Amino acid sequence: MTLEQELRTKLAEKNILLMTHLVVGYPSLAVNREVIGQMVAAGVDIIELQIPFSEPVADGPVILKANQEAIDAGIRVRECLEFAAEMATTHPIPFLFMTYYNILFKYGVESFLEKTRAAGLQGLIIPDLPPEEGEEYLAGCRRLDLAPIQIFAPTSSSERMCYLASQGAGFIYCVARRGVTGAQTRFDREFDHYIQRCRQATDLPLAVGFGISSAQDVAMLKGRAEIAVIGSATIRLVEERGPAAVGPFIAGLRP
Amino acid sequence: MDSTHYVMGTVCGPHPFPEIVAWFQRIIGEEVRGQILASHGKLPSRVYACVGGGSNAMGIFQGFLADPQVELVGVEAGGKGLESGQHASRLAGNDASPGVAQGYKTMFLQDEDGQMRDTHSVAAGLDYIGVSPMITDLWQQGRVRMTAATDAEVMEALDLTIRQEGIIPALESAHAFVQAFKEAGTLPASEAIIINQSGRGDKDIFTIAHAFNDPSWREFIRAKGQEYDA
Repeated sequence: MTLEQELRTKLAEKNILLMTHLVVGYPSLAVNREVIGQMVAAGVDIIELQIPFSEPVADGPVILKANQEAIDAGIRVRECLEFAAEMATTHPIPFLFMTYYNILFKYGVESFLEKTRAAGLQGLIIPDLPPEEGEEYLAGCRRLDLAPIQIFAPTSSSERMCYLASQGAGFIYCVARRGVTGAQTRFDREFDHYIQRCRQATDLPLAVGFGISSAQDVAMLKGRAEIAVIGSATIRLVEERGPAAVGPFIAGLRP
Repeated sequence: MDSTHYVMGTVCGPHPFPEIVAWFQRIIGEEVRGQILASHGKLPSRVYACVGGGSNAMGIFQGFLADPQVELVGVEAGGKGLESGQHASRLAGNDASPGVAQGYKTMFLQDEDGQMRDTHSVAAGLDYIGVSPMITDLWQQGRVRMTAATDAEVMEALDLTIRQEGIIPALESAHAFVQAFKEAGTLPASEAIIINQSGRGDKDIFTIAHAFNDPSWREFIRAKGQEYDA
């Protein structure tokens, strides 16, 4: 079953799916394990595992700091691959990698994708790799049946969205607004118009992220998008209240 | 944000931003070429420029790219020495490797995982992990020779220019002076060279004075500090 099919199956039972995110190695693999356990138990549908990178250009202050601290604590790409394999084997939901292109480039794109597939992951989000520069990556994903998740932004033209969709699989990650991760997003008429444009460009499920942090935000997305993405909010929560707070928070997002 | 693009000040980042910035910086090379032809009636044998991101170097080098007899010399930050690991020499040293970050591909100072390393230079403007893809290309073609100057050599060169010429180059530009001073003595007196003093050292006066560890400067700062405490 492809990632898209798996999501469609879940969507037959739930009106909106939750995708959460965490930075591997921040604050530690042990805490990551606990947080993921809580997320899965609370009903999360997909998890993004971010492999830390020193130049995370799409990320805001919360995730930037998490990347830096995980690297300072000595996390290695090899360990992230091992950890991902462990998680994908332990939990019955799809896992994706999120990282930046240099991590793949230095590892070797082909062998990185092979390791990703072998680990049991279903796709990747690489925000700094436009399809025009990612021929090897896209071909590798096709060959290994991994979903190369493409990203729409409010600044993307409709023509650009169609092109990106033609290169993607699984779902489309719709960045809710301009700027980096972690700040509040306003769901107004402009946002609705943007989502309509996204919808016209693709038949793939739409995930909306950047600034989603409350049950209200998730409720606003119902009927507009298929997947709500929670990123910085859970990292902040773990920092402030520890991993045990994650389960109740996630459960409360979709009452 | 709907109609505005962010352009870095240097010749780095995704295409076409390096070329846009290089196009504007080109005025340096055009003017310098005209000036040396007017004053010396011939082209220089070498042109020296410091290389951080590479904007001043691309600016001046572009005036001479079509003149194969002019050797173009880039000078990177050697920091505490190329063997120390504490430097920002992407091309002159052996520590950098190809990478893709900040929207462009070039030689980066990074580890085996692709994480960028800490860099060091006395000159903030040279203290950078990457280097212009245009400079890297010219270096790979053999059109630009890349060298490095250490912090200590930079302070020596500054001491010389301040005492002998009465000029204070920026710490960045002083790197170009170091390499030119090393090589000038090996050239016949009839030849001309150009050093790009891309910035003035007035901005670095505190860093320079601190690095020279000048007793009267320390005394001056201490006295000034006391005025504010009082």
